[in-house]
Amino acid sequence: MMGKYKETDMLQEERALPIVIVGHVDHGKSTLIGRLLYDTGCLPPDKYSEIQKSSEMLGKIVEFAFVMDCLEEERSRGITIDTTQTFFKTSKRRYVIIDAPGHKEFLKNMITGSSQAEAALLIIDSFEGIRDQTRRHAYLLSLLGLKQVCVLLNKIDLVHYSREKFAELKVEIAAFLNPLNVHPTFILPMSAIHGDNVARPSEKLHWFDGPTVLQALDMLHELKIEEKPLRFPIQDSYRIKGKKILVGRIESGRLAAGEDLFLLPEKKKVTVQSIEKFPEKEVTAAHVEESVGIRLKGRTQAARGQILTGDRSSIISDRLRANIFWMEHRTHQMGEPLLFRCVTQEVPCRIENIFKKFDPASMELIQEEATSISGAEVADVQIRLDRPVVVDPFNDIPEMGRFVLEKEGRPVGGGIIL
Amino acid sequence: MDHLTRLENKSIYIIREAYYQFKDIAMLWSVGKDSTTLLWLCRKAFFGRIPFPIIHIDTGYKYPEMYQFRDEIAKTWKLNLLIGRNEEKLKQGMGPDQGSKLDCCTELKTNALKQLMKAHRLKAILLGIRRDEHGIRAKERYFSPRDALFQWDYENQPAELWDQYQSTVEEEEHFRIHPILHYTEFDVWDYVKRERLPIVPLYFSKEGKRFRSLGCVPCCAPIDSNARTIDEIVEEIRESKTSERSGRAQDKENIYTMQKLRALGYM
Repeated sequence: MMGKYKETDMLQEERALPIVIVGHVDHGKSTLIGRLLYDTGCLPPDKYSEIQKSSEMLGKIVEFAFVMDCLEEERSRGITIDTTQTFFKTSKRRYVIIDAPGHKEFLKNMITGSSQAEAALLIIDSFEGIRDQTRRHAYLLSLLGLKQVCVLLNKIDLVHYSREKFAELKVEIAAFLNPLNVHPTFILPMSAIHGDNVARPSEKLHWFDGPTVLQALDMLHELKIEEKPLRFPIQDSYRIKGKKILVGRIESGRLAAGEDLFLLPEKKKVTVQSIEKFPEKEVTAAHVEESVGIRLKGRTQAARGQILTGDRSSIISDRLRANIFWMEHRTHQMGEPLLFRCVTQEVPCRIENIFKKFDPASMELIQEEATSISGAEVADVQIRLDRPVVVDPFNDIPEMGRFVLEKEGRPVGGGIIL
Repeated sequence: MDHLTRLENKSIYIIREAYYQFKDIAMLWSVGKDSTTLLWLCRKAFFGRIPFPIIHIDTGYKYPEMYQFRDEIAKTWKLNLLIGRNEEKLKQGMGPDQGSKLDCCTELKTNALKQLMKAHRLKAILLGIRRDEHGIRAKERYFSPRDALFQWDYENQPAELWDQYQSTVEEEEHFRIHPILHYTEFDVWDYVKRERLPIVPLYFSKEGKRFRSLGCVPCCAPIDSNARTIDEIVEEIRESKTSERSGRAQDKENIYTMQKLRALGYM
C-alpha cells in the first residue's frame, strides 16, 4: 500500500493538490474520504480507535465517515455540516482533500470548500442516480471555474456491480454535464463502504477496465500558471525605518526591480525602486503567488485597493456584467446596498439589472428580468459600483475575475466576470 | 514555487490582511513549534518588527524550559510580550486534579485569555492552529468570529472564498485568525528545519523520550523517540503512524473535550 513507499525528496517539494468531493447528501462523500485515508495508510491507529469508540457509543458499525465528521453534533445527526480538510498521500503526490457537505442549507460551506480546490470528485449513488444536489453542485463547479472533474458512481454494490447499469448511468451523466461545459476526466464505478475500485481494482468489477479512484486522482494535473501580465494588488502600506513599503501578493505574472508599471485605476506610470523581503537582501525579482513588499521611485501616492499592472489590458469600469451565485436564504432585492470585494478592492455597489436567474438544481430558468435573488439561485446580472474597479475576465486571469459580495458585513454571494 | 514557500506566502498574506482589518490585534504564542512558526511568519510579514503584542497564557504549570525559551526569544526578537495569568484561580490552587481537566483548562487558559483580551480591548487574535491537528480544527476558517462568551458557532460560519475574509465585528465579538491553518505537522517541522527556527529543547530526545506536543506538565506526556536533531524529527514525523496529540491528556478525557474547549474559545 501507499504507506510502504519511501517518500523521495522530489515528493516533498511538490505541493498538495487540493481536491473537493461533492455530491448529493448520503451519496457517500465522507465515507469515501475515510476509506481513502484508511487504504492509503494515512489514518493513524489512535484516530481509528477513536472513531471505533464513538461508532460504538452511537451504536453503529465502524463508520469511516466519522474521520471527517468529527463534531459531536454531526456524528449524532449523521450528516456533514462544514467544510473539512484532510491530507493523504499516494506514491505520486500529496492531496488535500476537502469534504463538502451535501445538505441544501450548507451551500455556502460547499462553496467555501470548492473555491479552494483545483479538481473535483462528483460522487453519485448508483442506485439513486442524479439528484438535486448533484445538479446544483455540478453547476457551481462550472461557475467556480473547476475544469477537472471525475465522476464516481458509488454504491455500485447496491446495483449488483451491474455493467449495464453503469453504462446506462454513464450516458445519463454525460448528457447532464456536457451542457454545463463540465467534461468529466473519468466516470468510474466504485463502492466506498466495501473498498471496491478505490485503492484496488475489484474482482466484482472485472468488466471495468478504467482506473481506480486513486489512479484517477494521480492522473489529474496541477494547474499550470502560464506567463500572464503582472497584477499586483496593493494590500497595505507600511513605514519601516522611514521607508514607505507597499505590500501585496502577486496574483499573476512577475515583478522586477527597476521595472516600469501602471498604477490603476488612475493609469499613472510608476517605477519599482526595490523589492523588499525579510530577511532577504537585494531581491531583484518576485513571482506569482509571492507576498512581497515594494518601494516605488519618487513620491507616488499609492494605497490599498490600487492595482499595479505590467500592461494596460485590465478592464477599468464602474459597471460589470457577471454571473453570480447567492449563498444566503434571505431574499435580496435588486438595488439594495452591497460591498464588492475583488482582491484588495472593496467598493460599495448595487445590482442594477438581473437579466435572468435560475435554480441550478432543476436547471430551469426561473425568471427573466427579475428583481430579486435568494438562496441557491444563480443569475446573470449587471453590477453598478460607486467608483471604478480594476478587473479581468475570469477566463484570462481568474484571481482578478472573481469577486465576493457582502451585505451588512456578511458574505452573501460570489461571482465571476464574463 | 516549492511547497513550503507556497504555504509561507499564503500565511504572510493572511497576517497582513488581519493587521489591515484590525489594529487592535495580538498573537497568541504558546512557545510551541506551531506558534513559534507563526511568530516567525509575523516577523517576515512586518520586515522583522512585529507591530502588535504577543500574548503568552501562563497557566503556571509549564516546563521551566518553556519559560526560559519564551524570555530569550522575546528579547532577541524584540517582542512586546504580554503575559496572561488567572491569578485569582491560581491562588485558589486550581490544577488538573481539582475537578476535571476541562475545568482547569477553562480557568487557566480560556479565562486568563478572556481577562487579558478585555484589559487590552483586543478585537482579534492570531493563533497557530492547523487543520490536520484534530478533526475539530479541520472545521476552522482562516477568519473565525467568536461571540461575547468566546463561543464558536461552527454551524453558522461565514463563507470564506477566494481569499476574502469576513472581518466585521459586533461590539462584543472578536475574531480568531489562523494563518497556518493549511500546514500539516510535517510541514511545520520541515519549515522549522528550512528556516532554522529556534525551538524549545523539550522537542529533542533525552534518554529515549521527547515531546511531540507541548502543554502543561501534569497533562503532557513524552513519546518514545531517539530523535535528537531537527533532521531526525523530520524523519520521524514522516514515518509516524500515530497522531500528534496522542500524548495530550485533555483529548483523552472524553472524545468531545477538544470540541468543547474549542467552542469555549481556547485551543
